[in-house]
Amino acid sequence: MKNFFKSILFCTVFLFYGFSSIAAEQSSKLLDPGWSFKGFFGKFDRAQLQRGYQVYTEVCAACHSMKYLSYRNLSQPGGPEFSEQQAKIIASQFEVTDGPNSEGEMFTRPARLSDKFVGPYPNEQAATAANGGAYPPDMSVLVKARKGGADYIYSVLMGYEDPPSGVILDDGVYYNKYMPGNKIKMSKPLMEGAVEYIDGTVSSEEQMSKDVVAYLAWAAEPHLEARHKIGFRAIIYLLILTVLVYFSMKKLWSRIESKV
Amino acid sequence: MSDHEYTPKSKLGKWFNDRLPLLTLSNHLQEYPTPKNLNYWWTFGGILTFCLITQIITGLILAMHYIASADLAFGSVEHIMRDVNYGWLIRYVHANGASMFFLAVYIHIFRSLYYGSYKSPREVIWIIGMIIYFLMMATAFMGYVLPWGQMSFWGATVITNLFSAIPLVGESITNWLWGGYAVDNPTLIRFYSLHYLFPFLIFGLVILHIWALHVPGNNNPIGIDIKKPSKDTVPFHPYIVVKDLFALLIFLIVFAFFVFYSPNILGHADNYIEANPLVTPAHIVPEWYLLPFYAILRSIPDKLFGVIAMFAAIFVLVILPWLDTSKVRSAIFRPLYKQFYWFLVADVLILGYVGAMPAEGLYLLVARVATAYYFLHFLVILPVLGAKEKTLDVPLSLTEPVFGGSPNEAMLKKKKEI
Amino acid sequence: MEEDKKTNRRDFIFSASYALGAVGVGAAVWPLIDQMNPDASVKALASTEVDVSGVEKGQSITVLWRGKPVFIRRRTEEEIAKAKDVKLEDLPHPETDEERAKNPEWLVMLGVCTHLGCVPLGDKGEYGGWFCPCHGSHYDTSGRIRKGPAPTNMEVPKYEFVNANTIKIG
Repeated sequence: MKNFFKSILFCTVFLFYGFSSIAAEQSSKLLDPGWSFKGFFGKFDRAQLQRGYQVYTEVCAACHSMKYLSYRNLSQPGGPEFSEQQAKIIASQFEVTDGPNSEGEMFTRPARLSDKFVGPYPNEQAATAANGGAYPPDMSVLVKARKGGADYIYSVLMGYEDPPSGVILDDGVYYNKYMPGNKIKMSKPLMEGAVEYIDGTVSSEEQMSKDVVAYLAWAAEPHLEARHKIGFRAIIYLLILTVLVYFSMKKLWSRIESKV
Repeated sequence: MSDHEYTPKSKLGKWFNDRLPLLTLSNHLQEYPTPKNLNYWWTFGGILTFCLITQIITGLILAMHYIASADLAFGSVEHIMRDVNYGWLIRYVHANGASMFFLAVYIHIFRSLYYGSYKSPREVIWIIGMIIYFLMMATAFMGYVLPWGQMSFWGATVITNLFSAIPLVGESITNWLWGGYAVDNPTLIRFYSLHYLFPFLIFGLVILHIWALHVPGNNNPIGIDIKKPSKDTVPFHPYIVVKDLFALLIFLIVFAFFVFYSPNILGHADNYIEANPLVTPAHIVPEWYLLPFYAILRSIPDKLFGVIAMFAAIFVLVILPWLDTSKVRSAIFRPLYKQFYWFLVADVLILGYVGAMPAEGLYLLVARVATAYYFLHFLVILPVLGAKEKTLDVPLSLTEPVFGGSPNEAMLKKKKEI
Repeated sequence: MEEDKKTNRRDFIFSASYALGAVGVGAAVWPLIDQMNPDASVKALASTEVDVSGVEKGQSITVLWRGKPVFIRRRTEEEIAKAKDVKLEDLPHPETDEERAKNPEWLVMLGVCTHLGCVPLGDKGEYGGWFCPCHGSHYDTSGRIRKGPAPTNMEVPKYEFVNANTIKIG
């Protein structure tokens, strides 16, 4: 058994070594407002996701697409959980190109639940051209595509500052405390009161940043709640089975003159 | 195989077995005499078999939904993550399964190094194992390309460019590998095809690996030859099966923590950005399990010699049974080797660490020293130790302790005399 | 006594391990099977809307719904009369025309032969309806099987008129 614990210890050290070599470069100074979706039982806050969607659609969506999401996702379990009716109404406010029809013409129609989110630009080049040469990244998996995840994006949203003396910025470049290199081409997106929340929440800069980042975290990992739930059950199950197998093993090996 | 003749009890069984001796095989696997003093480091063979089967099954499933096309690959992975029933689970098991596979294989290899399992008469087992390890690296590398994220694309670019170091034909070889003038759609599709093929090659080699193992039988922590079957052995089933199962369950708990609670921690955030041939990520790093070799590659200032050094680092492992000339297998009885063994472990961990860091300044210096030590260990220290080391007395059997300086005496004494 | 107890406990531990192990294997296998079921994006396409304003009497159009052809036929008075005239006893799969076409002018059905899944040809066959070239099934103007190996009438999917010109299938 002593050997066994040594093995476990070794594996743990090995794993942490793996972690640390990855996490080593990660800056630890990011802001962490305390997310509801972190931890073993982490879940999204529905109201927060709905507010977050409102911030996204009223502010971010002017430049940032979310091409891997569909309107139906807005009503699926584990997400903002708008009612199906609400999601249909949201979808119908967007125009999509469909076709060709029987005459061979493309036509536009209001979006349905099965349609993907309509983006602000027809393609990446148009998006780049319209934004001074900086492509506003697609936000579908943005939280997973940035080191530091939700904390990082929240930090960037909250990290706009006047440049320290001596730092000279070009036109259309802004100073951000948390952006690598401290230069960002996006102007401060969320001003106090930029959206008027339907549920009456006061739309402070902090509130909006938190809400929209929670929404983006859901968008990047829509099955997070199921993952946490199944994971918890799986691990409890494995622990019980491990104990049972351990005692089975002890019983079996007691027949012979050797230790396990 | 040193089996006693096996005759099935039933008539039908006998009829079938005479024509295809599957029952003999199954009987052999169950009765296979295994040293009873194997410790938990020996359970990783079973764990690795589990890993391989898990990767093949989840991989087959992912192949049902994945689209190998530069335009659609990234989106099809998102489709798996979002729409396919339990797709997120299957993909996370596959992606983290690769890491767990390498974790287990490194433990398996370092166990063999500690207990001298690669020595005569087990050289062929070891060499097949090294081929498996090499194929695993190739498979994992090509699998990492398939999501067609930024790290996929640039990892593929960097690794395939290694071949351009070959004089004269380098460029033709890279163009041949790419099916074009850069990593692009043809490269992705062929990597997909090979990524699908290689696990089955590995599977075949695993069968040979086990076959070759069953000829001499397992090595053991004491490292002595044992009679089989004897008081020193137990039948594989149920004793070793249940022990392997217990260890596997512990392993699965660790696996589950990764899959369910940190599924992306072993990956790189940049791989969630779709591949873009116009933008290189600030810092290209391979997956953690390739980092030591990456460090060796980068520590040599010359392109060609860097590539040679990297492949040589694997090749010295292949010829290890002839580099280590000591007749004593287990490090338990080799006080000097035991120390150098731990130096090597530390050296490989250091190489892995600097492999993840930028190749500059102190990191580069450390990488160079560690690379030099890596080769020193295999090419100089091991042959010298074989000649000069004063080893401790080795007991003659597991159950009959031999008195006179065996470090294992205390342990052996505990066991009942026969 | 002591021995007995020991045996019992051992047996219990072994059976409990086996039972729990089997449950776990079952639970782990389910995702591997369920992944082949229609996924969320496929399910989302389960209904489709068709504009039928351009279809004249006696014409039919074919639209794709859930990966299968749907025949939408604007029937002539003659065809309707013919469909209504048939006695139920004469039908291998008795269904009235009223049951099959809510609005007699419009017949909406899955264009899939109920024999082995081929697509029948329109305006063909001995009953003036459809004819399946694969194995020779004849359907009438209401899409009912009259002759040949197909066991049942062509299936009528769930559909509704959203307005006079639009049919929503599914």
